[in-house]
Amino acid sequence: MSAIYIMVGASLLLAIGFLIAFIWSVKTNQYEDDYTPSVRMLFDNTTTQENKQEINNQTKKTK
Amino acid sequence: MIKTTQTIESNTCYHCGDYAGESTFQIEDKSFCCRGCQTVYEIINKSDLCSYYEIENKPGINQKQEIRKGKYDFLDDQLIIKKLIHFQDDNHQHVVFYLPQMHCASCIWILEHLNKIDGGIIKSQVNFIKKEVTIIYNFNATSLKKVVEALTIIGYEPHISLNDIHSNKIKKYDTTRIVKLGIAGFCFGNIMMLSFPEYFSFAKSDDADLKFWFNYLNLFLSLPVFFYSASEFFISGYKGIRQRFLNIDAPIALAVLITFTRSVYEIVSQTGSGYLDSMSGIVFFMLVGRYFQNRTYQSISFERDFTSYFPLGVSVINADGSEKQISVSELKVGDRIKIHNDEIVPADAMLFLGKATIDYSFVTGESIPVEKNISEIVYAGGKQTSGAIELEVIKEVSQSYLTQLWNNETFTKEKKIVKVSFIHQVSRYFTYILFSIAILATMYWMLNDPSKVWGAFTSVLIVACPCALLLSATFTNGNMIRILNKYKLYVKNSSVIEHMSDIDTIVFDKTGTITEQGRSEVEFRGPSLAAEQIQFIQSLAHQSNHPLSKSIISFLPIQKIVSVKNYQEIKGLGTSAIINDVLVKMGSAEFVNGHSVSNWQSGSIVYISINDKPLGFFSIKNAYRVGLKDIIKELGSQFDLKILSGDNASEEPYLKTLFGDHTEMLFYQKPEDKLNFIKHLQQQKKKVLMIGDGLNDAGALKQSEVGIAISDNTNNFSPACDAVLSGKNFKLLKELINYCRKEKIIIYASFVLSIFYNFIGIYFAVQGDLLPVIAAILMPISSISIVLLTTGLSSYYELKLKK
Repeated sequence: MSAIYIMVGASLLLAIGFLIAFIWSVKTNQYEDDYTPSVRMLFDNTTTQENKQEINNQTKKTK
Repeated sequence: MIKTTQTIESNTCYHCGDYAGESTFQIEDKSFCCRGCQTVYEIINKSDLCSYYEIENKPGINQKQEIRKGKYDFLDDQLIIKKLIHFQDDNHQHVVFYLPQMHCASCIWILEHLNKIDGGIIKSQVNFIKKEVTIIYNFNATSLKKVVEALTIIGYEPHISLNDIHSNKIKKYDTTRIVKLGIAGFCFGNIMMLSFPEYFSFAKSDDADLKFWFNYLNLFLSLPVFFYSASEFFISGYKGIRQRFLNIDAPIALAVLITFTRSVYEIVSQTGSGYLDSMSGIVFFMLVGRYFQNRTYQSISFERDFTSYFPLGVSVINADGSEKQISVSELKVGDRIKIHNDEIVPADAMLFLGKATIDYSFVTGESIPVEKNISEIVYAGGKQTSGAIELEVIKEVSQSYLTQLWNNETFTKEKKIVKVSFIHQVSRYFTYILFSIAILATMYWMLNDPSKVWGAFTSVLIVACPCALLLSATFTNGNMIRILNKYKLYVKNSSVIEHMSDIDTIVFDKTGTITEQGRSEVEFRGPSLAAEQIQFIQSLAHQSNHPLSKSIISFLPIQKIVSVKNYQEIKGLGTSAIINDVLVKMGSAEFVNGHSVSNWQSGSIVYISINDKPLGFFSIKNAYRVGLKDIIKELGSQFDLKILSGDNASEEPYLKTLFGDHTEMLFYQKPEDKLNFIKHLQQQKKKVLMIGDGLNDAGALKQSEVGIAISDNTNNFSPACDAVLSGKNFKLLKELINYCRKEKIIIYASFVLSIFYNFIGIYFAVQGDLLPVIAAILMPISSISIVLLTTGLSSYYELKLKK
């Protein structure tokens, strides 16, 4: 029966991982707009390499 | 993309899809209806953004109305910039704009590629539901003004109002409730799982170790539920008690507290495994219910006041004749202001120069513009529609005829909770009964078996908390809000439904409420027109964007549009053009050289002449809603109806035929009179439903028990209110009110069901041996059956609504 201690511990850790992921997604406002991303993903990605860099830098700064 | 046939392609504008005819605005094989659309196409083409036209067919916004140069000069003012932006670092500024024109996927696409139009823009992100775009730009490379101008140039002029600087806080999306819900759900699931061995009792003596560890793990998992997720029940219950009011949260908090302490006691003393599964489960279900009930509709704002309509900047003319853009809040009495075409007059002012044709539709709902002469007073809130005018401010913005309404105590004081929800009252009786049972059980066991006293007392409180009542209420309301939403009645929150069920008096505004905005009754007076004449008039009217021209077009039988030459539109006077070598004119009497009709009662008049020969005139007035008579008759049988109008009494005789002679009708009502009339009715213990649409109804909407704003166009702004109803569903008003009345029936029905479960629970509880497994079975079963019953019943009543 000792295996169950490990199993319960592992399952709980895994579940906590998902909980943290959930809280993170809520805190970063991913539930704020549930429509636009569904349209956005259908556009062709024409962003050039350099402004991608800048977008990345920018999003880091915002935090 | 689906290519439409070539003939249609050449006839409609490539940018906006409007009728283009044999237009002179052409690029390659593409024709445009006006210069504006052509310019936008050129910019989009130059910036390599032509996917805009591929995602949706003809997605553009009509550009017939040109935007004045220098309109946004006030955005160079650092103070204003500071108030508008949301965030700033060394190089970047973040700003959020509301773009009411946003309507399709192409809009999202182009607005997220703004950096191709203005290189200083780093990132733009659209929230389509809210019609908002967040723009991050480098303020060394561009400026707020340039960003706004870039948006304006492609047809997305941002709505920048006085409100934007007054409430500069970003309306943060409240995430705590969802996090609380997530944590409660997580802990509930895991505790349930870890309690399984206990339910099946296979973990007997030989596995005491395992039981010990599982219990402590459960206790650990229940801590965030008790201290974090359930905290709102404790806080609200405590607040209620401090105000000497026992709300529904207090007994719930008590039950959670007792369950938790008893569970801790059992686990620590190793006498049992507690009821942590039931506790976290019920907290989870209650939070789901509250979440469901409080979901708000982001696309609709219920809090708008005049500042959302008023512009931020206004041009002031200095003594030396130069123009300067200043913030509206800095306007002083005596300032000379210049109002351009399509701008709103921000303060009561006297007309000094120019031709004023003021559209008061924001204020009164009246969509037909009113003409004003020099030295007449133009009230704040009107929109100038015929070129630039100069005015002298005679009252400050906050003291104007319309805006002083907001100084009334109705607005300065928080709307008091007029009526406490019946849920709290029911829960109070419930609590009294519960305590009596608990005390009786305690007394019984004191006499018979003192060892069971503590068990029986706590068990009763654990098993029979009024959670079921809360669940019934929240799920019923949530579902009803969803269904009402389907019928285009958008309510602000759940208490509106309850207030709606008590209504006994309905007060209507006239213009825009019982008349329909944008639809007008057109009548032609004069000798009957020949088919060719109709064709000419229609072709001319097609060129103009004026609301009166649009009404005339929809009135006349459809003809083929012919091309026009020498088209002219003189703001405030009329339009003229040469069609088939004939001069066609329509507009005011002086413009067409006709004789004016002096004693025409109401509405606007458009005179027509062909080759300077007067042909007669169109009279245009707002039309009453279709089927109004039947709607009023039905409503009148159930409610006391009244009419409050800001207009003159010319329509009174007609309204009497609709509403009957006994209906109280008041005309010439100022915004404050409307508010006071509602107050007066309430003093007679009437429960008032106010239905209005304009800013002049804002006071009455706020003061009444329920204020519904009618909106014929959901993109339209509606003033602060409790609910917004689409004009199309005005005819369903009675059915919708009666649907709201079913709320209590549904809640009581599910409450009766939950009492049934409570009896089973209490049966075990009073005996002092409530097994955790029984609590754990009862809790989800009762919760789920309540959810099913409430959704089922509210959908059943919806069927009745459909009929």
